[in-house]
Amino acid sequence: MTASSVSRTSVPRGPIVNSLKSGQLPRFVELYAVVAALAISAGVLAAIGFNVVGWLVIAAIVYLVGIGVLSSLVENRRKATDRVVRGLVTVAFLIAMAPLISTLYTVIDRGIGVVNWNFVSTTTKAVFNPTTFKVTTNIGAWQAVVGTLIITGIAALISIPIGILTAIYLVEYSQKATWMSRTVTFLVDVMTGIPSIVAGLFAFSLFTLIVGPKAFSGFSASVALAVLMVPIVVRSSEEMLKLVSLELREASYALGVSKFATITKIVLPTAISGLVTGVMLAIARVIGETAPIFIAASFTPNLNLNAFMGAMETLPVMAYSEYKFPSTDIQGSIAAAWGAAFLLIILVVILNLIARIVARVFSPKGLR
Amino acid sequence: MSETPADLRVQTRTTSSTANRPGAPKGSARTGRTKSRPADAIFKGLSTGAASLIMAILAGVAIFLIIKAIPAITANWTTNPQLTTGVTQGHSSFWTYVAPLIWGTIFVSAIGLLIGAPIAIGIALFISHYAPRRVAGILSYIVDLLAAVPSIVFGLWGIFVIRPFLLPLTAWLNHHLGWIPFFSGQPSTTGSTVLAGSIVLAVMVIPIITAISREIFLQTPRLHEEAALAMGATKWEMIRLAVFPYARSGMISAILLGLGRALGETMAIALIVSPSLIFSLKILTDGRNSQTVAANIALNFPDANDLQRDALIGTGLMLFVISFVVNLVARVIVDRTGPGAKGRKAKRRSAQLPPSDPSTILLTDDAAGPLHTSRPTEGSQPA
Repeated sequence: MTASSVSRTSVPRGPIVNSLKSGQLPRFVELYAVVAALAISAGVLAAIGFNVVGWLVIAAIVYLVGIGVLSSLVENRRKATDRVVRGLVTVAFLIAMAPLISTLYTVIDRGIGVVNWNFVSTTTKAVFNPTTFKVTTNIGAWQAVVGTLIITGIAALISIPIGILTAIYLVEYSQKATWMSRTVTFLVDVMTGIPSIVAGLFAFSLFTLIVGPKAFSGFSASVALAVLMVPIVVRSSEEMLKLVSLELREASYALGVSKFATITKIVLPTAISGLVTGVMLAIARVIGETAPIFIAASFTPNLNLNAFMGAMETLPVMAYSEYKFPSTDIQGSIAAAWGAAFLLIILVVILNLIARIVARVFSPKGLR
Repeated sequence: MSETPADLRVQTRTTSSTANRPGAPKGSARTGRTKSRPADAIFKGLSTGAASLIMAILAGVAIFLIIKAIPAITANWTTNPQLTTGVTQGHSSFWTYVAPLIWGTIFVSAIGLLIGAPIAIGIALFISHYAPRRVAGILSYIVDLLAAVPSIVFGLWGIFVIRPFLLPLTAWLNHHLGWIPFFSGQPSTTGSTVLAGSIVLAVMVIPIITAISREIFLQTPRLHEEAALAMGATKWEMIRLAVFPYARSGMISAILLGLGRALGETMAIALIVSPSLIFSLKILTDGRNSQTVAANIALNFPDANDLQRDALIGTGLMLFVISFVVNLVARVIVDRTGPGAKGRKAKRRSAQLPPSDPSTILLTDDAAGPLHTSRPTEGSQPA
């Protein structure tokens, strides 16, 4: 296509410019612009008073305005818009990084001084020293660690079989068109959206109707967590079972193997790494829940090993209650809250790591 | 494995005669005709039972909440001694108690989404279209990490970091833009504002919206993108013309799912915002903040008496209904118009065509893809 044919179809105003060659900014102009914006921003703030956040915010604004003006002067408006959007999208990403880094830094900074073996292995209680006759508060998270393991463990015991069996039903047994398959898929979707506090209220209602008032127990909290965990397990297991190739199943059926044996001997072992990963991530999700456990199991500074009787607390609930209902030693309570949060983060990171390692190590060879 | 072929044949016949049971093998490619053994029947019963249990659990959640909530909803709130004290004092009925809470829930979540959704979609675009391929995987992992942080940790972070951080901004907004209703009122000196709560909410919904939109952006047919670029579109124009029309319904449902998360978020709001049960638009004040259902339950549950607990469960029921509806709408949008159903089909159809004839591929891809939003058969929403 030549220039003359273009000019015949649209009436040109002014001199025709070759848009391929004219008005291009140099290649690394965005890099230069960022440096310039940072410098200008630092200069402006040096006059008023320097702080890092203001520096970055002003630099971002200066950059976006600057690159827009520069590009629309040298290039054209379309390219200017493109460059500004590119800048905006990058800024959006950097904005999202800020809370993540800030949160992790804060938790580690405030929690690491609190967490030691004494914190993990003792409960919070007042300690009377017989020689000095002074009462000091010993902050400890042992009751919360035990509670976390018991409550999450029971929740996992309830929801893993239900979740995986439901996934097996959806993938292996049900036909797509049957009403039950569609209903179950739909309900699982709805269940993922249940607010966590509603699950807690459900468990509380259930157990007050069965046991009577003061029905706080670890098991009740486990039921609440199971309601939240089942849909996550179903979703991830379903995806994993769908990944098992149809040829494997057909080969098994062709050898006359029964459906039960095909599922347990062929499908499940093939998908096992994905199933374990999904379960681990589901546990990591519910282990950080606060509201349902707070509603269903209340909170307590005492060690309670009986899941069916009496209040019990987990690490997130401990973090909440220590901050919201501090003891007389307010600084100690807040420190305990951060310690519990730090332990919780460590637990979540460990679960995520296990999930990743399982996914990598046990994935069947030559299948994916 | 000891049966003779004759046995097998008989068994097969019996299986096929019962094949009209729901879920029985109907000769689809996946389920070959196999003979049934006791273990088969038991296992099938178990897995069907587990699936039925899902229905029972969800029904149970609704039923038990309703049973517990009914005494409080039907009680006379002006005379019942259990309700005229404490947290439920001064409300004439359950509905006047729950109305400001519902308003607050929607208001706070909406502000959280207003802050979070554009950033989340920006991140999704950055990961799917702007970041170099090699880094994109790591970046999306980092955003997923944000989703793994427990909400209580964000709550504590909001109290100790975000509240003091926002104080200068609060004062500035109130001083200069105080004529806007949102920024009016006595500015907070502690930082326990709706603004702080909404920002923490935004941080929590970002990973959800990002994850879903990123997947949908990545599913945009390459041919659409390349066609746009070949016409001389800049990257942004390509995204506006090829990616957004394709992903619009997915983005809407992602935002609705994020809204679902924000509606139910409890601890961050309970910790950060200092509330009162009023209809308020103010987001910069201390005591004139709207309260959310979930945070109200968490704050008042320990001190409440039995009937007040029933009332709180009633408010929880309302929250359940609201988030149910929001999730329902999101799922319906995904099912109707999402690239899941039609996009994959279109891709498969174009893949079946002989690769030697690119013009045909383009035509079919164009006709089948959801780029043409005006076409009603494609099921996209009218613009």
